[in-house]
Amino acid sequence: MTAFIIRRVLQMCGILALIVSLTFVLVRLAPGSPFAQERKLDPAVEQRLSQQYHLDGSLPRQLGAYWWQLLHGNLGESLKYRNRTVAEIIGSALPKSAAIGGLALALALTAGIVTGSLAAARHNTAVDRGLMLLALAGICLPTFLIAPLTALVFAIRLGWLPVAGWGGLAHLALPALCLAAPYAAYCARLMRSSMLDVLNQDFIRTARAKGLPERRVLYRHALKIGILPLISYAGPLAANVLTGSMVVETIFNIPGLGPFFVSSVLNRDIFLVGGTVIVYFIILVTLNTAVDVVYTLLDKRIKLW
Amino acid sequence: MFVNGPEPQSLDPALISGQSEGRLAYCLFEGLTRLDAGGNVIPGAAERWEISPDGKIYTFHLRPNLRWSDGQRLTAEDFVQSWRRVLEPATGAVYAEVLFVIDNAQHYQRGELKDFSQVGIKALDADTLQVRLVAPTPYFINLVGFTTYLPTPTNSIRQHGDHWTRPGRLVSNGAYLLQDWKINDRLEFAANPRYWDADHVNLKRVDALTVTQGNTAVNLYFTGQADLILDRGLILPQILPGLKTRRDLHIFNFLGTYFYRFNTSRAPFNNPLIRKAFSAAIDRRAIVDKITLGGELPATSLVPDLIKGYQPYAGIGYDPAQARAWLAAAGYPDGKGFPRVAVMYNASQQHAGIAVEIQAMWQRELNVSVELRQVEWTAYLQALDSLDYDIARSSWVGDYPDPYTFLGCFTTGFGNNRTGWSNADYDALLGAAGRETDPAKRFALLRDAEKILVHDEPPLTPIFFYVGMLLYDPDKFGGLHGTPLDDHPIQDIYRKDRRQP
Repeated sequence: MTAFIIRRVLQMCGILALIVSLTFVLVRLAPGSPFAQERKLDPAVEQRLSQQYHLDGSLPRQLGAYWWQLLHGNLGESLKYRNRTVAEIIGSALPKSAAIGGLALALALTAGIVTGSLAAARHNTAVDRGLMLLALAGICLPTFLIAPLTALVFAIRLGWLPVAGWGGLAHLALPALCLAAPYAAYCARLMRSSMLDVLNQDFIRTARAKGLPERRVLYRHALKIGILPLISYAGPLAANVLTGSMVVETIFNIPGLGPFFVSSVLNRDIFLVGGTVIVYFIILVTLNTAVDVVYTLLDKRIKLW
Repeated sequence: MFVNGPEPQSLDPALISGQSEGRLAYCLFEGLTRLDAGGNVIPGAAERWEISPDGKIYTFHLRPNLRWSDGQRLTAEDFVQSWRRVLEPATGAVYAEVLFVIDNAQHYQRGELKDFSQVGIKALDADTLQVRLVAPTPYFINLVGFTTYLPTPTNSIRQHGDHWTRPGRLVSNGAYLLQDWKINDRLEFAANPRYWDADHVNLKRVDALTVTQGNTAVNLYFTGQADLILDRGLILPQILPGLKTRRDLHIFNFLGTYFYRFNTSRAPFNNPLIRKAFSAAIDRRAIVDKITLGGELPATSLVPDLIKGYQPYAGIGYDPAQARAWLAAAGYPDGKGFPRVAVMYNASQQHAGIAVEIQAMWQRELNVSVELRQVEWTAYLQALDSLDYDIARSSWVGDYPDPYTFLGCFTTGFGNNRTGWSNADYDALLGAAGRETDPAKRFALLRDAEKILVHDEPPLTPIFFYVGMLLYDPDKFGGLHGTPLDDHPIQDIYRKDRRQP
């Protein structure tokens, strides 16, 4: 297991280097300057700024300078938000996204597992169809529709929750709910089909045959195997929700990381792009590795190598 | 608590150029003059000033005993050093050019002049600042209140470098202190007890919310989480019909123009007749009535009619018959054989809506089909700068109430020209206006120049004048007025419904 983790980390360092370099080159090749503004910048000033941030000279040289900076543990400075470092922006934004994401993740998984198993256990009944219809709606309705609708109902009409902004726990509720909805729906469908698969297998028939109560069959035997596809999905899912969603965070005005993934690219804010890519990659890889480890714990037939 | 707009790029007056950043900078810093709630220039850090008879030398007398928020004296030398900092290329000041009206400032910024003492900025003593200009500049008294001219705390900048604008470090001289700055959330201000006019700062605590989405801003307002929306961009056209019946919405004209640029450096728009034809085929009234919905006025001049003493030149209006005649004269009767051209605009629902409408007008009136090319913001700026477009959506918002803030853009080779257009007569008229000391004659020269720009050989076609919009409850707040520069000093706002603790 330790060898597996070490090997995985080394592999990922290589891939990270490749991705960061590729991102840097692509953003630099995209038309437009990071310093461009509606008001034309004085060429002398622009030249000076490019020098200051080592964005002058050939592309390989720029990339080299960026790597030199990264290897010194420095993510660089934002070009759009002058006087701000990338580390500072991510340091401020990521915890907020993670708070909402963590809540959304818990919601999505809990709701997904419960409704998915329930639908599978009541296969082909009204409960099953009703829940799956709901799940289908959750997947189909885009967040940019659900978010304003929930805000309208719960914040504006009923006045139970704040309509937007960052503050207490109450501010987390709506964004977490909207963020979780499509994932919960997807988890539910995943869980249902996996459970149906498992429930038809021999060991379940054996369990039933030896007279175990249905509840025990479901929650002791079937769930343990049925949950596996969900766990492998939970890795990327967690990376996704923990790093924030552009749509949800923009609509609810959450000072999280989500919008930066898009805006930094649009602004050609190269170091901020690099920083968000690195953070996302590290979270994704760490969670995927964690998923692999959890797999072996749940299903002893699986070996890591 | 007010909604300010997107996350400020910086609070450093030397680095900013946006309106939402400006609003915050004016809370923290005060220039020699400032604008009051009605948009009039009033004394700020300077108590009074004298102007030499030739209009080129300004002597400012600072108020006695001005203090920075850290208790240090604010002297004329602080202004000298702040302006010098703007002119140092190392600062990367995006708007250094507004200082170029000062003698030798441009040479110093370009590095052609090394000796700063030759630049026309001098502290005669601790409280007296003398500025020597290149030419008489009647709007200079406005300029010295502008963000780029704000004083910055030299000592603190030396000590903290780029990070001097952090809460806790930022030393200011204006009505407010920076208490906190939460990225993408809010900035918190508290009244500055050392501000010379602290007694008249009504709101003692102010939060500026960072909001990028119009719907969110309006939701915050209507659920009472924000008291004021100051950014007109956040009040979306689609909700205007509903809002217009309410007393909260305040609409006023201001110095901003929406127009289309033509790329005059290549065919077909290198032919002025074609540019005029395209201009005359636009029904501007239909656009403001159907799309913008804020009560905007159709524009045929580049300069809005809001500058005292200046009568903008009304250029080419909607005249389909004339448009067809011009197009025929250019060799394309009834649009036959006209090459395919495209309208470029940066992604936005409103720009797209206007472009579609104008596309239909050109098809209908001129029988030419025009493509639409939507690009994202940075690519849009790049295409403008490299003249890689046929027609481009554009806008310009005045920085000071003088026609020059608009007309100056289109001089030959100027960075904001972005049309490839060059006209010797136009340049000569603007040059002559720069030397003219009589205001009426100066405006006459500028008007002649505007005639070339919007009528004779137009490199652009004005479409409408922007309106400013504020959303606030007039029973709760006062001290807010529609002003030509859409400037609303926070320090002049007061509550009507209850006294601040």
